[in-house]
Order: sequence, then C-alpha cells, then structure tokens
Amino acid sequence: MSVDGNLLELRDLKVYFPIKSGILLDRHVGDVKAVDGVTLDVKRGETLGLVGESGCGKSTVGRAILRLYKPTGGSIVFDGQDITNLEENDLRPLRRRMQMVFQDPYASLNPRHSIGRIVGEPLRTHGLANRRQANARVRELLGIVGLPVDAASRYPHEFSGGQRQRIGLARSLALNPDFVVADEPVSALDVSIQAQIINLLENLQDEFDLTYLFIAHDLAVVRHISDRIAVMYLGWIVEISPADELYDNPLHPYTISLLSAVPIPDPEVETQRETILLAGDLPSPANPPPACRFHTRCPYVQETRCKTDVPELRKLGEGHVVACHWAEDIKAGRIQPKEITPVFDPGVVRPLEGPPPD
Amino acid sequence: MAERDALLSVEDLRVEFWTSRGTIHAVNGITFDIAPGETLGIVGESGCGKSVTALALMGILPRAGRVTTGSALFGDRDLIQLSDKEMRDIRGREIAMIFQDPMTSLNPVLTIGRQIREALETHFDMSKREAEDRAAELIDRVGIPSAHQRLRDYPHQFSGGMRQRAMIAMALACKPKVLIADEPTTALDVTIQAQILNLLRELVAEENAALIMITHDLGVVAGMCERVHVMYAGMFMETGTTRQLFARPRHPYTLGLLQSIPRLDAARKTRLHPIEGAPRDMLRPPAACPFQPRCRFEVEASSQEVPPLEEIERGHKVACFNPVPEDEWQNLRKQAVAP
Repeated sequence: MSVDGNLLELRDLKVYFPIKSGILLDRHVGDVKAVDGVTLDVKRGETLGLVGESGCGKSTVGRAILRLYKPTGGSIVFDGQDITNLEENDLRPLRRRMQMVFQDPYASLNPRHSIGRIVGEPLRTHGLANRRQANARVRELLGIVGLPVDAASRYPHEFSGGQRQRIGLARSLALNPDFVVADEPVSALDVSIQAQIINLLENLQDEFDLTYLFIAHDLAVVRHISDRIAVMYLGWIVEISPADELYDNPLHPYTISLLSAVPIPDPEVETQRETILLAGDLPSPANPPPACRFHTRCPYVQETRCKTDVPELRKLGEGHVVACHWAEDIKAGRIQPKEITPVFDPGVVRPLEGPPPD
Repeated sequence: MAERDALLSVEDLRVEFWTSRGTIHAVNGITFDIAPGETLGIVGESGCGKSVTALALMGILPRAGRVTTGSALFGDRDLIQLSDKEMRDIRGREIAMIFQDPMTSLNPVLTIGRQIREALETHFDMSKREAEDRAAELIDRVGIPSAHQRLRDYPHQFSGGMRQRAMIAMALACKPKVLIADEPTTALDVTIQAQILNLLRELVAEENAALIMITHDLGVVAGMCERVHVMYAGMFMETGTTRQLFARPRHPYTLGLLQSIPRLDAARKTRLHPIEGAPRDMLRPPAACPFQPRCRFEVEASSQEVPPLEEIERGHKVACFNPVPEDEWQNLRKQAVAP
C-alpha cells in the first residue's frame, strides 16, 4: 500500500447542533457538542477506523468531512485544499472525489428508483456521461461489486440486505472517488454476509487505491479492516494508534474497558478474561462533564487532575497518542481500577427555565 | 454437567405463517429442553426462526402465524394446547420474556412504575401500594438509582441501557421460572451490553430461573450459555454444550459462522471466510439439507433428504450427512487467532 502524505487533515473540528426552545421565537438555549475539537489525519491509501459508542460523534465527523454538516469551528483540509467554508458550487467537483456508504441499506436506496438509476445517479448529477455511457458504467460497476448485470433493471426491494449494501458500494464508486466514508457499512448485516462485504471493501481498496474512513462501533470489525484506529468519546478523540498496537497495548482507560467488554466467541477465552465494567451511561453531549470527559465513568479516576485539567493528546509511542493524564501509571499497574457509583444520565436535554422572551 | 429434570421440554415444534407470497415455514421441527438454573442459547441469523420460536412458546404469535404440530411441556401442561385464558396465567408469571428493542416494547404513554406494577397487580392481587414498593425494589435490584422517583418517569426519560434494565425488572417481577431473552443486548453499545449481560447472569443465578438466550452473537453465547443450539432455516443444525460446540464444531454452518466473524483476538490481516450465497427462502418446507446450496462439505444425500439430528458424542448432536472433521476448527483456529 502506497502511503505518501495526508489526504485529509482535520484541525480542531467542531460541530455543534443548536438546541432551540420556544414556539414563536427560536431561542438558542444551548448546544449539543457532537464533535468538540477533533484533530485527525487520514493518510493516502490507508483505512482509518473511527470507533466509539452511539452518540460519541463519530458519524458527525464523517458527515462533516463531506460537508453534509457545516462545521462550527476548526478546519477540514482535503488533499491540500481547505474545504471548511467552500460554497456549494465550489464543493461539487470535490464531492466527486469523496463518497459515502451508509449504514442502513434499506433506508439509503430510493425504493422507487431502479438499481440502474440509483447507481448511475452520481454520473448524471455531475453531468459526466450520456445515457449510453452511463448504462455501460452501471453494468461495469455492478460486475465489480459482484451483482448480476440484470440487477440494473430491478428495484431495491428485490434484494437482500447484503446485496443492497453492494448496490450502495457500486453507487459510491461510480465517480472513481479517492476517499470513501463508510458509516457502519456492515452493522445491519448478518455475520455470514458481513464477512462478504468486508472482503469486498478490502478488494475494492486494493483495486482502486481507495482511502477509507471506516466508522463503526464493532471493535472486532474495525480491528480487522483498519490500519490505524481513532477512539472517540463524547465528541473527543481519546486515543489514536496503529490497529495492532491498540489491541495489544491500549492506553486510554476508555479503550481498555471497551476492548474488555467485547465478547469473544470462545468460551475458553471468555471464562478467563476479566471484563472491566463501565458504570452508568454516556453523559449528555449538551452538558459534558468538565475536564476529562470520561472521569464520570472511568474506573481509574484519580482525585487530582482528572476533574480539573483537560487532558491533551500526548504521544506515547510510534504513532500512538492518548488523552489521559495517568496513561503511564495505568499501563504500569500503579493505578488499579475500582468500582465507582454509576451515574445515569438519560441524555434528555431540558431547556433552561426562565421567563419567555417578550 | 449433571442431568437435571427438564422444566420445559419442547418437542417437534413447527410454525407456519400465511402470507401473500405463500406459506412461510418458519420453524421446522425443533426439539429441546431446559432445566432450572440452566442457560440455553439459540443462535442463528435473521430469519432463521429463533424469535418465532420464542413467540410460539409465549403464545403471542402474530395472527398470520400458527403452530402446526409439536408440544411444549411445562410441568404437566402443554403450552401449545392451552387456551388463551390459561396461557394468560402463565405468561409473565411463570414464563417471562425480554424483548430486543426496549423502546418499542415499552408503552411510551405509561410510566415505568405503572408498567412494572401491571404484572404484579394482574397475577398477585397486590394493592397499588404493595406493588409500588415491589416495583421500586426491582428497579433498585436492576441497578437504577433513586428507584421511587424513577418509577414516575416515562420510557423516553430513560437511556437505552436503563430501558433494558426496566424491561428486565418487569420480566422478573413475578419471579418467573423460565425467562426468554430475545436479543436482549443487540440494540445496546458494548459497554452497556456488558453491564446488562452481567446483570442477567446474576439475576438468573439468584432466582434459579432457566434462561433461554436468543441471539445472533456467538460471543454473547460463549460467555453466557451452558448449551447452544445453532439454528438455520427453522431447524437445529447442531446442538451441544458451549465447550463442545466452540472446540469441535461439526456442522459446516457452525464452522462457517465461526470462520466468518472477525475476532478481536485475531492474528493480523487474516482474510475472513464468508459463507457464500444467501439464506434459503422459507416458502418451501425443507426437503433436503437446507444448508446444502451454501455448503462445501455437501455429499449426494444432502440434496435428497433432510439430515436427522443425531448424537455424535455425548450431549453433542449434528444434523449433517458429512460432518466436519473433529479437529478441522482447531487447525483453522490456529491460523486465525494470535497465539
């Protein structure tokens, strides 16, 4: 795999969603800080895995990169060009080079359009092919993703989940992109089908020199497909590391507990290994805990620093950065996990009380 | 494992659905039993009939579905033959169920407390006050703090993990003897999944209840269950103790599943081995091995008759004319898993 430089650079990316209240006047009462200062590079030709639990902001990062959301702050640089504030017209040529594969193959294909129309749509939108050329390209694409050619005249409901995901992939490849954001592309599929799609994604990457941002919550899948992995928690990146290193040598307490919570299909392993249980729920991103955002659930939390200082991403190994004040001590076993009282925060955002505006 | 008296024994259960496309043969003759305190896993992919089995046992099949043959002996009663009224006395009280999606299976317009109390008031004639106290006790037991206050909350005020805890509290309200959990953690994040599985494990041990765990996740089965049934196209393909099944899978489908999941403890950059093809459509009753079109171990008989589920070693049964060699998986596993 050729790796030369970064295809994508995110610097302190922020995406906030405003919380509005009131019937006539939309009062701005707060923000859901879905992504709050993410700095991340994606190297050309690599697969970067982005993992985290639901609500941690991983999908928002993916969508912000494609400018489906407008960033609140920070910058997005794609192939040397700052695209943070580009206008829609200037964005369009770049959109050819960045594509997305969505999670739910049932919701992301228009049920009233034939497969040929769905897969050929990017070509038409960008005015790149006449009807004849488009049809030929669609047939070629269907072949690439392993679907029969006659699929072009059929409709989404005639296909199973795995086949629909192949259709979604064909559509994303139509414009020969460099960069594909795959947002949970296999989560909705059965295990036997999941493996087919993962293998296909790997083949396509080799064949077309693709760079992937692979967003998923399943750590085993992410480990399998990624070269490097970034772990997100509540709008932050807490750890970035080469894939193997992350699994052999996790440094952030969140990564450690996440890895220990994944069930392994092997009773021998399961009975021996110890799970570090995280207490409570993910706090609300509208009102994240101060200082280290993980301190409310961290089994290694300390009295000093965790609740007062914001941890910066620090380099603790080759390509391995971690945002934890105590990573070295945890690694060396000088800090042991202990039970903490669970805090349940249903994440319901209640608007501030106060008199209505005039 | 000592032989224990069965609490529930299911014999040759078959379920069909009538649809506009024809009759769907969802469950095609499954037999199993479960003893008190035992945790039994039923694994399979979507559409294999695992959830339908649960619904049939609870007597809550949708109207289009019907149990065509089979029995489910619970003590001296056959759940399949019971009238709706008799079934109502058992459901919730002696056999309870935890559903997959806690958002759609809780009533959004009733408080959590009211929903937990419902079972208690129906089955035990408790007064509202007594039921309220018991509900608070349950909510506290499943690990939700400030129980009495929380009972007045509505489901939307709970997070996904808490809703599933509330569902478990509801299911356990009447101290059922059998608990059926249908994908109880599929909708949850891994860290929350670990919490919920832990809770289930504790509660089942405490109450000495039998747990039927229905899931697609082999990892969950490996950590939770004593025995496993692997289901495909409405039939059991392989059954055995968890150790037998994961050490020596003998059915090609079980082997295929194990080979196709990426493992967290895998050696780097091994390729996955998917099961080629797609699951069988269920419009015809199986006349041959349902897995035959996707199988690399098929023999002539596979396409001619349905393989019977036969014992291959003590407690380990396989429905296959050409079982996978005993050490096949161990050899493959050595390549796939980091030492």
